[in-house]
Amino acid sequence: MSNETIDLKTRLITDFHAREAVMNGEASSEFHQKKRAGLALFEQLGFPTIKHEEWKYSNVRDLISVSYDFNAESSIGLAELEDLKVPKQEANILYFVNGRYNEELSAIISPVGQITISSLADAYKNDPAKVASFFNELTKDANDAFTALNTAFAQDGVFIHIPDNQSVEHPIILRFVSDAREQNVGSQPRNIISVGKNAHVKLAEAFRTLGDQRSFTNAVTEIQVAEEANVQYYKVQNESENAYHIGTTQVRMLDRSHFYAGTVTLNGKFTRNNLNIVLDGEHCDAHMYGLYFPDGSQHVDNHTVADHQKPNSESNELYKGILRDKSKGVFNGKIFVRPDAQKTNAFQSCKNIVLSPDATMNTKPQLEIFADDVKCSHGTTTGQIDEEALFYMRSRGISQSEAMSLLMFAFCADVVSQIKIDSVREYLENVITQKLASK
Amino acid sequence: MLSINDLRASIEGKEILKGINLEVKPGEVHAIMGPNGSGKSTLASVLAGREEYEVTGGNVVFDGKDILEMAPEERAAEGIFLAFQYPVEIPGVTTINFLKTAVNEIRKYKGESPLDAAQFLKMVREKAKLVSMNDSLLKRALNEGFSGGEKKRNEVFQMAVLEPKLAILDETDSGLDIDALRIVAEGVNSLRSPERSTIVVTHYQRLLDYIVPDYVHVLYKGRIVKSGPKELALELEEKGYDWIKAEVEAVG
Repeated sequence: MSNETIDLKTRLITDFHAREAVMNGEASSEFHQKKRAGLALFEQLGFPTIKHEEWKYSNVRDLISVSYDFNAESSIGLAELEDLKVPKQEANILYFVNGRYNEELSAIISPVGQITISSLADAYKNDPAKVASFFNELTKDANDAFTALNTAFAQDGVFIHIPDNQSVEHPIILRFVSDAREQNVGSQPRNIISVGKNAHVKLAEAFRTLGDQRSFTNAVTEIQVAEEANVQYYKVQNESENAYHIGTTQVRMLDRSHFYAGTVTLNGKFTRNNLNIVLDGEHCDAHMYGLYFPDGSQHVDNHTVADHQKPNSESNELYKGILRDKSKGVFNGKIFVRPDAQKTNAFQSCKNIVLSPDATMNTKPQLEIFADDVKCSHGTTTGQIDEEALFYMRSRGISQSEAMSLLMFAFCADVVSQIKIDSVREYLENVITQKLASK
Repeated sequence: MLSINDLRASIEGKEILKGINLEVKPGEVHAIMGPNGSGKSTLASVLAGREEYEVTGGNVVFDGKDILEMAPEERAAEGIFLAFQYPVEIPGVTTINFLKTAVNEIRKYKGESPLDAAQFLKMVREKAKLVSMNDSLLKRALNEGFSGGEKKRNEVFQMAVLEPKLAILDETDSGLDIDALRIVAEGVNSLRSPERSTIVVTHYQRLLDYIVPDYVHVLYKGRIVKSGPKELALELEEKGYDWIKAEVEAVG
């Protein structure tokens, strides 16, 4: 371990204690006690090295070799957002700049009866006991240094509660912008989302960066999905060449609920997404779609978990990647079928196109099945563009570059078409088309 | 229109075409026959520009231009069309979108403005009718899950849309039952014109009952060893290829 590694960890711990020292009575609150437990876990675990099985192919050495300002102010306004070419949509839009809610840029349009939505900081001011009771509930057993770190430092993010039987008409779009124009910035947003019985909602998290300095985002989202609820959840990352992103989305599903996840990584220096779904109910269905496009020396790692705890549920997973240049991709998909989870159906597939001899893809399906009456399947493929298909298209007059674009766009289509928020899907189609045309 | 002169080509160092000579004039139909492994499909592939083959000698002049230095897409834009023996399945790309891209890329090559959606659809519907292609196949992914007959019909349909000057049919009859064969052949015949030439590559004579050639050439060991009128095909059907082989071996 290098001195620098010890440095960031020590700095963070020192920073925590410094904040705690000026908290007065708040330090004894339930919320803070949970944070303190997070810090203790982080202190115990430390940043993972590649000796850690879950981090074997993803080295965070670079990420933790510098320090970040976790309290950076930002003057970001509407003008800067124009530069980001954010798609327009009639939606509930919440902006978080360097991890903190920006009310000026945000717009909440759904009626109050349909949804309770606010920043986590505001929610805590209004009802500390309620926020504390949800906070870190789904992630409490996570033995993960970054989740623990987020728990220790959680300040802001979104707090959403959708009452039973409500169908939220407008999508919710959470925009996280790192303003890295002046300095290395860090943010640790914490999102808590609780979807009531038979409630319906579509939501998206979009991560962007402004400026060329480093950004480090360590995000955690906890989503409770009550009985018969239907949740569409998308995460889109289009960050800078200097953006480091670690994110965990932890989901718990109850009986007869439906959960759809779409995780699309368009750009970013280093990305690790953990998507953990616990199917803690019968007749649930969970769907996980993923797409990633690293180029240059980018690194994208998707770790997913479908944890079947009760009988008669289904999980279905499709991840796809196109890797160029010297990029690296990692896919680790775990399926657990617990002893009670008879009649489980679990499917997993990961398909990759590797366009350069210097790019690498590591895939690891991991099935642990403790019930006997189940249907599980998994498959991974890693290959090149189909030369025969390419020749077929060229023999009809389509240029090589256009044929490549068409084939790769088609490769992505079955993931992109799953995104049910129009502006998000159209945005993805545009960015993907541009990205495919760029080489 | 097409002039092949002493064409030699090899794959992985093995010479397959050992000096092919062939003249095709506008409107003519030439059949290339021959036993398995004689180089028939290689000839079709080399003309279309398949890159696995290395041309080691000779030239191919099409409409006054030497095409051997051209990319496959340039040859297509110049008017050469290869109907594949094994059409490729391409998931995620609809037939209609594929063809629209092809038509407009060729128009771009010729300096023409792209067709708009309405013009394109109108043209495609007419062509589909011409070759008895079911409209519903157009919206499906290209060749994905198509039957053997549907795939071959799709080749002829693409040919109708792209209107090539020279169509090369590579073993179009393979894998087809007699009904499918007839429908495909009718499609090809409906596209015959005084300007459009056709090269029919086939192992069996039966396709030539439907697409009647002006000339028949026998390819053996990488050379055209015999040429004649359409009756030559019937003779081959009756006697097989052995007598040709014997003739060639006798000459040495």
